Amino acid sequence: MRHVNATLFAVLVNKDWRHIMEKTPKLRKAVALISGGLDSMLAARVVKDQGVHVEGLNFFTGFCVEGHTHAIRNRKGGKRNNALWVAEQLGIRLHIIDVIEEYKDVVINPRHGYGANLNPCLDCKSFMVGKAREWMEHNGFDFIVTGEVVGQRPMSQRRDTFPVIARESGANDRLLRPLCAKLQPPTLPERKGWVDREGLYRFSGRSRKPQIRLAETLKIDEFSQPAGGCCFLTDASYTAKMKDMWQARGERSYDLDDIMLLKVGRHLRPVAHFKMIIARDEGETNYLLGYRNRFHHLVMTSHGGPLTLLEGQLSDDDLSLAAKIAARFGQGRDAAEVSFLAVTPDGPEKRLSVAPLKPNQISDTWYL
Amino acid sequence: MSLHHLDVRNLLCPMPVIRTQNQVADLAPGDELEVLCTDPGALTDIPAWCRIEGHEVVQSGERNGEFFVRLKVAQSSVFY
Repeated sequence: MRHVNATLFAVLVNKDWRHIMEKTPKLRKAVALISGGLDSMLAARVVKDQGVHVEGLNFFTGFCVEGHTHAIRNRKGGKRNNALWVAEQLGIRLHIIDVIEEYKDVVINPRHGYGANLNPCLDCKSFMVGKAREWMEHNGFDFIVTGEVVGQRPMSQRRDTFPVIARESGANDRLLRPLCAKLQPPTLPERKGWVDREGLYRFSGRSRKPQIRLAETLKIDEFSQPAGGCCFLTDASYTAKMKDMWQARGERSYDLDDIMLLKVGRHLRPVAHFKMIIARDEGETNYLLGYRNRFHHLVMTSHGGPLTLLEGQLSDDDLSLAAKIAARFGQGRDAAEVSFLAVTPDGPEKRLSVAPLKPNQISDTWYL
Repeated sequence: MSLHHLDVRNLLCPMPVIRTQNQVADLAPGDELEVLCTDPGALTDIPAWCRIEGHEVVQSGERNGEFFVRLKVAQSSVFY
């Protein structure tokens, strides 16, 4: 009898345990794409305020604007990383992930083509949501949150391209866009009651006013508003240099150093077979010094002046022309003669003295 | 407790934070990591990441024209 009672007790306890577990809602977990701008900040905040555990993801493609050149040119800089700042304000973890290698295929072979300049907007968004889906599945999270607003961007944020992103990323209906959710069919988190659809929004179009109003309501009084996106691939000057690099190489390829160097210095191609990168200040000279073991370079010895990296095969005449151009950008620009040390990556050095070119001898077409 | 070193000189933010984050994931609570960098932005970004994760910044500053951040790995995550 005692044994039977013990069994009954165990069943009852077990039943109670199951009952309690069924009645206790599971803490749902969302991973939010955090760019550092206002929209993704609001989207993550709205979902977090509904009691969902939110963690942030930020992908580093190599083309993110986030203050690189600022850091190079101003050593007193200390410009903050906005994605980290947003995460800190929201009280959420932020995982910054290096996707430089995988992103190359997105830039070089976008299935949906380019938007402004070399920006592969739609492929980029599908790629990032796809990476977020992988992260979500690997870490046992339930859904993905983005700050997308329908109609805000001409290619990636349109009513007809939203389903493309959801489908190609594999996120499907686990992709929640809180700022415009009410203009979309209910997603899994809404249908399951993990989030309350009534607490989501119906923002659309390019106006920023609804977001600013929501920020005020949520007492968010400081935020970053990157104009024209946060990607160098939308920048005409940057992408012109990238296209020149591909053309000179005869193939569309790059590595991280290539895309960093495109952000630094003046780039001139006076002759088809070589390019010069001339530092614009001491900070850039210091940065380019880090590459002196990979490039031919010119060090101005007679006057103060910038470091110049040389890319390509240079004859003695080419070296002389490069020195005459580089001399134009140093303190000896009006001197009769400027001296240089020309250094090759494998060691040999050569001294040369040249007369700086006059301003009208430097063709505008040389500038990239 | 052991002291580890990470050299991220000539890398620009956010790479110093990414490398720091990845290395800390393999360290034990109480371990220290000294990150050597040339991007002054790291002096802002690495401490911001540490505040989020609960790690302690023991010391940071400039040394011989380069920058360093020394952090101590949190005993447990502030999130779990």
